[in-house]
Amino acid sequence: MSETKVDIQDLNLTRKDFVPGNEVRWCPGCGDYSVLANMQKTLPVMGVKKENYAFVSGIGCSSRFPYYMDTYGFHSIHGRAPAIASGVKLANPELAVWVITGDGDGFSIGGNHMIHALRRNIDMNIMLFNNRIYGLTKGQYSPTSLLGAKTKSSPFGSIDRPFNPSAVALGANATFISRALDVDAKGLQESIKRAQRHKGAAFIEVYQNCIIFNDGEFADVENKSTRPDNALFVVHGEPMIFGKEQDKGIIMKDNHPKVVHLGQEWSEEDLLVHDETNPIITNLLLEMTFDHNNPTPFGVLRAVDAPSYDDMMVEQIKEVTKVKGKGTLEDLFYSGDVWEVK
Amino acid sequence: MAKKVISINEATIRFAGDSGDGMQLTGTRFTEATAIVGNDLKTIPNYPSEIRAPLGTLAGVSAFQLMFGSQRVFTPGDLPDTLVAMNPAALKVHLRDLKKGGTILANSNAFTTKNLKMAGWETNPLEDGSLEGFTVFSIEMSRLVKIALESSDLTSKGIERTKNMFALGVLFWMYNRPIEPTEEWLRKKFESNPSIAEANITAMKTGFNYGETTEIFTTSYAVEKADLPKGKYRNITGNVAVAYGLVTAAEKAGKELFLGSYPITPASEILHTLSSLRNHGVKTFQAEDEIAGIASAIGASYAGDLAVTTTSGPGMALKTEAIGLAIITELPLVIVNVQRGGPSTGMPTKMEQSDLLQAVHGRNSDAQIPVIAAKDPADCFECAFEAARVAMKYMTPVILLSDGYLGQGSGPWQIPDPKKLPKIEVNHPDSSDRGEDGFMPYSRDENEARPWAIPGTEGLEHRIGGLEKENITGMVSQDPDNHQLMTDIRARKVENIKQEIPPSEIHGDSKGKLLVVGWGSTHGAIHVAIDRARAKGLSVSQLHLRWVSPFPSDIKAICDEFDEILIPEVNSGQLAMLLKGELAREIHQLNIVRGEPFRASEIEEKINEILG
Ligand SMILES: Cc1ncc(C[n+]2csc(CCOP(=O)(O)OP(=O)(O)O)c2C)c(N)n1
Ligand code: SF4
Ligand SMILES: [Mg+2]
Repeated sequence: MSETKVDIQDLNLTRKDFVPGNEVRWCPGCGDYSVLANMQKTLPVMGVKKENYAFVSGIGCSSRFPYYMDTYGFHSIHGRAPAIASGVKLANPELAVWVITGDGDGFSIGGNHMIHALRRNIDMNIMLFNNRIYGLTKGQYSPTSLLGAKTKSSPFGSIDRPFNPSAVALGANATFISRALDVDAKGLQESIKRAQRHKGAAFIEVYQNCIIFNDGEFADVENKSTRPDNALFVVHGEPMIFGKEQDKGIIMKDNHPKVVHLGQEWSEEDLLVHDETNPIITNLLLEMTFDHNNPTPFGVLRAVDAPSYDDMMVEQIKEVTKVKGKGTLEDLFYSGDVWEVK
Repeated sequence: MAKKVISINEATIRFAGDSGDGMQLTGTRFTEATAIVGNDLKTIPNYPSEIRAPLGTLAGVSAFQLMFGSQRVFTPGDLPDTLVAMNPAALKVHLRDLKKGGTILANSNAFTTKNLKMAGWETNPLEDGSLEGFTVFSIEMSRLVKIALESSDLTSKGIERTKNMFALGVLFWMYNRPIEPTEEWLRKKFESNPSIAEANITAMKTGFNYGETTEIFTTSYAVEKADLPKGKYRNITGNVAVAYGLVTAAEKAGKELFLGSYPITPASEILHTLSSLRNHGVKTFQAEDEIAGIASAIGASYAGDLAVTTTSGPGMALKTEAIGLAIITELPLVIVNVQRGGPSTGMPTKMEQSDLLQAVHGRNSDAQIPVIAAKDPADCFECAFEAARVAMKYMTPVILLSDGYLGQGSGPWQIPDPKKLPKIEVNHPDSSDRGEDGFMPYSRDENEARPWAIPGTEGLEHRIGGLEKENITGMVSQDPDNHQLMTDIRARKVENIKQEIPPSEIHGDSKGKLLVVGWGSTHGAIHVAIDRARAKGLSVSQLHLRWVSPFPSDIKAICDEFDEILIPEVNSGQLAMLLKGELAREIHQLNIVRGEPFRASEIEEKINEILG
């Protein structure tokens, strides 16, 4: 059984229903605020009863998120949220389960749980707040910090090659991958909606600015004036176009993505067309992430259908019960060689 | 010549052979036949941690021992009366344990020069007279099955494999056990391959007839039915009993059962058993590691399932941080540790009781947890049920300690009437429990348990987590007084469980010179040692602890009635350490860590030494 969809009108939920009374305690200017606001705005219109949302997080600034949502919430231990959430979903498949994690929480200490949750395709939404730093512990480099990053624990520059989290998700065969920017409300809402509707494990990577320990990490895409030339927002079935004047596009040249200017030499027909279901396209987009000659891709990078673990478990229980009959304690106890003492 | 049948009260038999010789299966079949005859019994397997250690080596020897009798049997026996040795290595490893004057049944065909050399015999012990003092039946098992199965379509390797069934047949004859149940079992097991079934049956019958007809055997033994309480019985291992206890608790609580687990010897059979019970609605989740095993169980508990995680020592170490989370979030959870020899990977297939202190104290901070320990395979059922009941009633994780000997050893289980087993009361709050100021997730009932409000319940949305919470409201709180209060409440909740522990039963007199206190699987060996010592007129009694945290409330009063206290443990003195703290008095200790359970004789000797 999966989540039962309810008519949005009948639910009559608004953003306010998801805002609890307590005070939010992130640093002023932290990117987390915007993500929270967009989550609170989007959930009311998803056709899911409020009491059926469960937010599970690990440890980190970002992992405080459940305290700021007036839903069921579990702020757990460092790195283990995907495993805890797996149990929540399997215990009650009716629930809409969200995992909130950070780059340290989800890809350092919890890396193992992350890849296995994605691989199993358990129906939940995993939102990674990637600020490329350990925020809560006051600024050490994380497994997504770039080479050379000067942090509290890498004063001479990091010599630790980073993960590209969305690429790890693809490697784990995740069925849904999207990337969003904390400052981009529209993109965030689109990612949240699509993830919530996706059956199976949905991975959302949010580029999030940590104003205190890693300010400006994503400046080229966060800055309104430079964003159009540095970010590529992909749409399924549409050619890959970007730029302030929507005058640039991506072609395939010598087996590599290459930026071209639309006009005389190149037209829209020459451009690569995004296909969420094609892992080669997804991979190609992900390869552009650290490539300075190409824009950074955002949007739904991958979305494919695959059986989810929770559905299969429910199905298997049904199936085996049909074949063997509903088990009783009597059947169980007497399943060996039995003798009687009179 | 008519053969003599001698009636005996009890016998201990050990089957030993190469890991590939099927000794565990042979032992299990002998056990089932013995159970059906109505003897009481206990078994213990002893096998190497390698799946197939090199053929014929000492390291590759696998053994299975059982003791059965016409009276109550509390242990798998100290020293075997009869040793089945399928090769020279098996004889080499196990001869030192054989009783003086004991019986050896050996497959003489396996005593080749090469095998003898590999096992470290200079000359063939079956021929060089070195086994004088034992009764030796040197039988050409391999050759005899080859002859018997001449017309079978099995390969010669396949035929050779049936020699364990031949040995089993001989023993069935020797101890007057029926062969029919094994016949039936073989037909069922090899349903899709009847020629294998028939070959094994032929081998077994050949062995049985060999005993019956050849001159070398003159005597067989009869062991009368044991005087067990009336009822229906089956043989059960501790691991299966744990699984059944959990399924029963779930059903009696009206809950779905969730297991989050990662495979590890000797606990895996619990996972195997539960994963075969999908038609009982059991959800098993083979996690990516032990941390995810317990984490998923915590999640399932939060969402309203009866949640369980199972493991052994090294896995328990990995679960430590998450146990703390279950304690602070006050969620019900059963954590089963089937202890093995350590530290680290240690001796995976061998038993030990050395995770007691880890269970009671092995976490950061003041993090009390109830700990219950099973005493024999059948008791694993009750302890699992009890652990689950207490976890849900008090909203706390509970650790159930078993060990490799209990988990894989077996004994008869009196099958309870499912209808007569108690119901487990579980209350989940609903929207009517939301007060004017909202829902209070850390409010308290009469046992100081907090409400188990589960996601999906309208109006009770709330947040829990590893950060300290304010009592009643459940808001995050770093207030000093509140932390003191919550720490005290968490400790008190565990103390409150004392009210679940019935008055302690003492085996022997309630006052006297010596009280032997034990916990877990040492129960049987202590019981036998006490009986023997008391028969000699010694003033000694036994106190067995089922709950090791908290201790029963009468423990001090009971101990006060005895001059001396002895604690035998298969560790370096862990209960002794805890009890010294509780009683503030001297305690005699008997500690072994050889990967094997105590022999009753060892405890008996210690009793003699103290009282002598
Ligand atoms: C077992 C354990 N180890 C270490 C910590 C300390 N710790 C807390 S959060 C954190 C890193 C958080 O980084 P990230 O996940 O990126 O979250 P952010 O604060 O950046 O949102 C660390 C190392 C801990 N709480 N638990
Ligand atoms: S430290 Fe950084 S990530 Fe954490 S709250 Fe402050 S700005 Fe946000
Ligand atoms: Mg971070």
